[in-house]
Amino acid sequence: MTFAPWSKEAAISVLATTRDEPGPVLISLQALQKYFGYVPPDAIALVADACNVSRADVHGVLTFYHDLQINPVPRNTVHLCGAEACQAVGARELAKALEESGNVRIETAYCFGNCALGPAAMVDGKLIGRATVEMLIAATEGGKAS
Amino acid sequence: MTATTIYVPRDSAARSVGADEVALSIAKEAALRKIDIVTVRNGSRGALWLEPLVEIATEQGRIAYGPVEVSDINSLFDADFLRGGSHPLALGKTEEIPWLARQDRITFARVGINDPLSCLDYEKNGGLVGLRRALEMKAEEIVAEVTESGVRGRGGAGFPAGIKWRTVLQADSDLKYICCNADEGDSGTFADRMLMEGDPFTLIEGMTIAAVAVGAREGVIYLRSEYPDAIATIRQAIDLARANGWLGRNILGTGKEFDLRIRVGAGSYVCGEETAMLESIEGKRGVIRSKPPLPAIYGLFGKPTVINNVLTLASIPAILADGAAAYKSRGVGRSLGTQVFQLAGNIARGGIVETAFGVTLDTLVNDFGAGTLSGRPVRAVQIGGPLGAYFPITSFSISMDYESLLSAGGMLGHGGIVVFDESVDLAVQAKFAMEFCAIESCGKCTPCRLGSTRGAETIQKIMDGDDLGANKKLLLDLCEVMTDGSLCALGGLTPMPVKSAMIHFPEDFDSRTERIR
Repeated sequence: MTFAPWSKEAAISVLATTRDEPGPVLISLQALQKYFGYVPPDAIALVADACNVSRADVHGVLTFYHDLQINPVPRNTVHLCGAEACQAVGARELAKALEESGNVRIETAYCFGNCALGPAAMVDGKLIGRATVEMLIAATEGGKAS
Repeated sequence: MTATTIYVPRDSAARSVGADEVALSIAKEAALRKIDIVTVRNGSRGALWLEPLVEIATEQGRIAYGPVEVSDINSLFDADFLRGGSHPLALGKTEEIPWLARQDRITFARVGINDPLSCLDYEKNGGLVGLRRALEMKAEEIVAEVTESGVRGRGGAGFPAGIKWRTVLQADSDLKYICCNADEGDSGTFADRMLMEGDPFTLIEGMTIAAVAVGAREGVIYLRSEYPDAIATIRQAIDLARANGWLGRNILGTGKEFDLRIRVGAGSYVCGEETAMLESIEGKRGVIRSKPPLPAIYGLFGKPTVINNVLTLASIPAILADGAAAYKSRGVGRSLGTQVFQLAGNIARGGIVETAFGVTLDTLVNDFGAGTLSGRPVRAVQIGGPLGAYFPITSFSISMDYESLLSAGGMLGHGGIVVFDESVDLAVQAKFAMEFCAIESCGKCTPCRLGSTRGAETIQKIMDGDDLGANKKLLLDLCEVMTDGSLCALGGLTPMPVKSAMIHFPEDFDSRTERIR
């Protein structure tokens, strides 16, 4: 996945597609994140203006949801499931080994719905079942190359 | 010679273990050998331990091979698998695989059979029969049929769907909503995802029947961001349904109106709680609302709203098509119909098992599941997601229905069963339950917001052997405060895994330094 560099003008045109939705704040922030890869603090005033709510409201939504990022997400990020079904097949040990490999950044996620084929992980939107350290490192490297 | 039809699932669980690569490799090899094939990307049959499960349409019926890896493709062609040739991966006729043949599929009847986005296949396999019947009935009659069937909310609360619908039907409002809760955040559950990826039209049909029954014109599916494939499939299915006149201003030519939108979640577990979900659909922080007023009276944007889980709504078409009597002839006591159980975690044969309520835990874990994946003895199962109870193997005779689990100190939840082998440490699991609650708490209720962090700290003290008696007592006291002092199930039920672990596995809460394992 590639993202556009942050620009106020582009943000305003993204917001033009979401501002008229019923209850537009979350969907607007999601649209910005999809476009830029993150939602910088500069976006708060723009979203507030577009959705006709206070900046405090936007800040509240932006900081509530785990998906919304205020900094760019590094390309070598692995979303690793840390929930019970994956714990039962070694997710804790996998996370530790992956961390020690030093090659990737781990974001813990809670459940990809792949609970019979764990440990589960997602790299660049692709779901990986029965994940191993080698598979996950290879997947992040594939992402960098594309 | 006509082209042979090959089925390779498009379900994301199958794709996570290489289904795309297998489909591609089969197509390449067929081209090399100059063999005509048609590949259909069907939903998954639910036997996830056999994925990628490749099926061939033959004159005798569909023949299955699995789990297929790319490295098997050459030998499969050599064994003439396109005509059902014998091979170490051959499983015989799909419908005769015992694991599948023993199930009683109603909600999942069509999942895995066909291309989930084929409108033709959907109608050919019994789709729209329920909706067509509903469109000929009065609203009260539809609600009565659903009430009569006994179907209860499959999201976890188990509230009778018909009673909820009646409340919304009787509410006086120009605008009403149908909201589908597809925020399947519980670990160990994946039935909603598989249904949405494998038979999305059933969900759309169920929501449309609900709309006709209560007089709603708009619906929303709240779908979690962790399910990108389900989002894509449902989006396509909604477009196709609109194009076919199954949704829109003139449903099946009756002049009735209903349309659907998708709202994607943003990684918050508590948004699976129905009032937090409503807040999130409205674009706000997912902070729960206190009830009353019930969402059926004051729901989305303050309007009367039916909120049902994916499986509840997906059961409705079959109930309308075959009648309430057929549905409620299955099950036990007040748990009627079928439950889509999900076998997960450390399990040899994991996946979807749909069967009537009343099956034993032992049958599910040991007969269907064939024990652990690791081969070590089962020590514990957690039933009903991260807020569900941990049970030891001495509880395996328990009947899997709402009331039996409740009286055993647990809950059915969304029907997920997570299996752990003997390496599990229940104190660590109890601590995780508290930590998870601390991460996901919306912050509204103090016992949940602060109690979860204090709970994790106290369990750590117990694990360190620090003043065991006093800290265990303190932990139980804290659990009571969380249960009684939280508005929603997150704070209210986090004590369930903690207390059940302490009750059934007390040895794990003794001092680490003294323990001999």
